[in-house]
Amino acid sequence: MKIEVDIKPTEQILARYPAQPRFLISVMQDIQLGYRYLPREALERVAGALGVPLARVYGVATFYKAFSLTPRGERELRICTGTACHIRGAPLILHELQTRLGIKPGQTTEDLVFSLEAVNCVGACALAPVVVVNDVAHGNVSVTGVRRLIRTPKTPKTPKGKDVGADN
Amino acid sequence: METVRYDSVDDFGSHVKRLKASGLARRRRVLVCCGTGCLAGGARGVAEAFAAQLDRSRQAELNLVVKRTGCHGFCEKGPLVVLMPRGTFYKGVKPEHVSQIIERSIVGDDVIEELLYVEPGSGKPVAGYGEIEFYARQTRVAMRNIGHIDPADIDDYLLRDGYAALAKTLSTMTPEDVLSTIEKARLRGRGGGGFDAGRKWRSCKRAAGEKRYVIANGDEGDPGAFMDRSIMEGDPHGVLEGMVIGAYALESHEGYIYVRQEYPLAVEHLQRAIDDARARNLLGDNILGSNFSFDIEISRGGGAFVCGESSALMRSVEGKVGEPRAKYVHATDKGLWDQPTVLNNVETWVTVPRIIEQGAEWFAGLGTEGSKGTKAFSLVGKVKNTGLVEVEMGTTLREIIFGPGGGMLEEGERGRFKAVQTGGPSGGCLPAAQLDLPVDFDTLTRAGSMMGSGGMIVMDHSTCMVDVARYFLSFLVDESCGKCVPCREGLFQMYQIVSRICEGEGTAGDLDQIDDLSRAILVGSLCALGKSGPNPVLSTLQHFRDEYRAHINERRCPAGVCKALITYRVVNEACDGCGACLKACASSAILGTPKKGDTFNIDEAKCDRCGACVTVCKRGAIAVG
Repeated sequence: MKIEVDIKPTEQILARYPAQPRFLISVMQDIQLGYRYLPREALERVAGALGVPLARVYGVATFYKAFSLTPRGERELRICTGTACHIRGAPLILHELQTRLGIKPGQTTEDLVFSLEAVNCVGACALAPVVVVNDVAHGNVSVTGVRRLIRTPKTPKTPKGKDVGADN
Repeated sequence: METVRYDSVDDFGSHVKRLKASGLARRRRVLVCCGTGCLAGGARGVAEAFAAQLDRSRQAELNLVVKRTGCHGFCEKGPLVVLMPRGTFYKGVKPEHVSQIIERSIVGDDVIEELLYVEPGSGKPVAGYGEIEFYARQTRVAMRNIGHIDPADIDDYLLRDGYAALAKTLSTMTPEDVLSTIEKARLRGRGGGGFDAGRKWRSCKRAAGEKRYVIANGDEGDPGAFMDRSIMEGDPHGVLEGMVIGAYALESHEGYIYVRQEYPLAVEHLQRAIDDARARNLLGDNILGSNFSFDIEISRGGGAFVCGESSALMRSVEGKVGEPRAKYVHATDKGLWDQPTVLNNVETWVTVPRIIEQGAEWFAGLGTEGSKGTKAFSLVGKVKNTGLVEVEMGTTLREIIFGPGGGMLEEGERGRFKAVQTGGPSGGCLPAAQLDLPVDFDTLTRAGSMMGSGGMIVMDHSTCMVDVARYFLSFLVDESCGKCVPCREGLFQMYQIVSRICEGEGTAGDLDQIDDLSRAILVGSLCALGKSGPNPVLSTLQHFRDEYRAHINERRCPAGVCKALITYRVVNEACDGCGACLKACASSAILGTPKKGDTFNIDEAKCDRCGACVTVCKRGAIAVG
């Protein structure tokens, strides 16, 4: 079960910041981006380099939603559950994705392809309901349209329709 | 591009003069909205099509420039393209429309009717930007540049008199002059609390410390609000200019902009603006050749709602867990790294240069007695025109919702106005009886809601107010940092009670218990998240008590939202057997074969009441009861 972690990217990230505790969150954000999670080995290295106790590093890691201690999928689906999305049907979209993918928010499919995340407002309220896939926002998502977002990457089809317009 | 660096205010002035006199400034402009909303609608493809079909020489030949702008605020109709100076406004533009637009409206003088916006009231297409009611009924101060400039091009900002207020400040005003101007303008913080900005600056200036810090709060956490995002994305230099002027008044040399993790485009545009401003000597050491130095760093948030609270935000900038502090220590005395700090919202900062430019009297002349100027709102939910609206303080809710908002989205009984939610999770829901309330900081608070950062979510009769209360509680339970027990545990208990009511298991004593808990939470929490946490429940209880009673006493959800209290049924007279519901149902609860004349049934045991069938049925043949 143990995954071999390559520490080199962590070293490169650390080299970009002065070795001061205040850069802890920035360093961790870059690590999260690079590894799609925060490996323990990387956090130990960060704690040593910035002079922050490992317990505090974990405190920060578990406090902020941006961080994950387990690997996230290649495609991160973030379902906006802000107020505007909520009243325009976000619960339905979330339900649909949960049922189709068989995972709950915060979880990743076993093949590490999809992660599901329910987030509080992505600030695209005029297009509610919104699903963000790897930083690309899809607006006015319908319950049937949302299925296009979870086609497995191996069989890509040209997405059509309003709700996937950003891919054009 | 020539490298420009201003060694003095005069240097800056003469460069701007040359810029304005240049041919480039007089060219026609094709504005392609590339805000997050339009990008989600496919604006990138539109911008690329323009770039491919109009290269530089062709643009020069046609005497025009193509610009990628920030958010026009009319996100629902995107992608948007505006042709200036005529103001032709095209909505829903697709890449395949571009060649037609160039041929007919740019080379030619024609208007493409099918791309025009149709006014919902009159049903007539409108050609001009300024004639569209959505815009015509707004007064844009904080958002005046957004949509008109390319946020990645500093010259665009200069052409609209950008940094002129800074030049004026450095050449003609003392720090004290700036401070007293802001005091006289009676600018109140746009982030939620509505605290007097001048007073905040004054106390910070008086406080003892080694250095002072200036922070812009761009952690727009209120769900349903996106003004700040649009400002940071669409007018980043405006935020910087405001901060530099504020720092000059406060004699501060270091500033931070805290941006939400969910706003990557805002980070990108702000960083670009910081780099460009530094290169031109509008930021950094000896700004415009003066002896004033100030620099700004971006701090990215980690996705925690509580970090929008000032003391939590400062801990986060320090690289720590974002937990708030007790308020008897003011941030203006001991803020970031325990030094005197002024923290204002980005909308407040972007307003500062306008006040310096046009004077305190002009600003104080707008708005109401207690709330001066204008306020940007994000008008969303069940209205026809969702988007960003900036109006003078004191405009009524009705004028906003039925003016720029264009009225309610859906027709019929269920589409009627029911409530408007303002102030995010700290605010409340106001009923139809309060539609004529003039909106300012104080009236909203008195009505049991609050201004907050400016989210305005309109709800119709298909929204269940008990469900809305539950929604906000679940939000707050999730986001409470956990430091204060009454907030952490009290909100959780309230959530449990309201959930039980939604599930049809409410009891007679529930509402009293909610009242008790609310009081304990209000008294026992340190920061505004807890102190205002019960508001959404209290305001819905105050205005929609009958709906709570229907859930508790009659086990009925009048809006047809709460799953445990509703059933779905196919109305076979209305059904045409298309079978769309069959495909939509993830739990295979619909029985029947898709052909004309067949009848469908819903297996109640299998149905999990997600409502997918209702959303796909074009004939309204599925009844909720």
